[in-house]
Amino acid sequence: MTLPQATFLILSATALLSSVMVITRRNVVHSAIWLIVALLSVGGIYLVLQAEFLFAVQIILYVGGIMVLFLFVLLLVNVDVAMRQALFSRQWGVALGTAILLLAELVYGLWRGQAQPAIAAAPASGVSPGNTQAVGMALYQKYMLPVELASLLLLVAMVGAVIMTQKRFE
Amino acid sequence: MIPIHWYLFLSAGLLTAGVIGVLTRRNVLVILMSIELILNAVNINLIAFSYYFHAVTGQVFAIFVITDAAGEAAVGLGLIIALFRNKETVNADEMDLLKW
Repeated sequence: MTLPQATFLILSATALLSSVMVITRRNVVHSAIWLIVALLSVGGIYLVLQAEFLFAVQIILYVGGIMVLFLFVLLLVNVDVAMRQALFSRQWGVALGTAILLLAELVYGLWRGQAQPAIAAAPASGVSPGNTQAVGMALYQKYMLPVELASLLLLVAMVGAVIMTQKRFE
Repeated sequence: MIPIHWYLFLSAGLLTAGVIGVLTRRNVLVILMSIELILNAVNINLIAFSYYFHAVTGQVFAIFVITDAAGEAAVGLGLIIALFRNKETVNADEMDLLKW
């Protein structure tokens, strides 16, 4: 087993284990902390895939932005009351069965697909620029319109969040 | 060299954990966190294929997915705060105003 394979296995085991912890913890704050662990290990997997820019974005945006937002909202809602109530909803049996069926389908399909000839990797073209540079070139040249649309989406989300959290909104 | 199937299996596992969280948990905040797990599973697939095809397009799409996750978290948490202010609960099965 090579070093990248071992790294991948450790990171993916951490990610899967902590994602199971996210959905089983009674305390929501513990769920959020385990989600941070899961997001960090997914970021490590991005690094194994040589996507350094996405690794940085994962840490800055997910762990630094979204998770801090989650923890702020956890302070505002009543965590103590929710901790004494039932953890799972009434339909948990059906839901668990459906989800495990989904997993079985996915694993079966991937297992069957494994026998097919592997993807012929395209040859790396000469000198490759840095990952960040390549992503930036693609973002601002080929995908200029989607970037503008994404900024519009963020603007709408920001305005929506501000309006919905106002005191007068009922 | 890591086989691409390993990434796909990991992604399937994360997706299933997220789906179980969305369907079974009562707390809306944990449901939102499970959606983040699902989006991360998608991102792993996109970046793995981007790596194996030597194309940067998958990473660009992963950035758009992260943008979407940020917008979803902002609006979702705003909704949760507004709902908590009106109904004093964060449980999904007690939010039944639209139920006839």
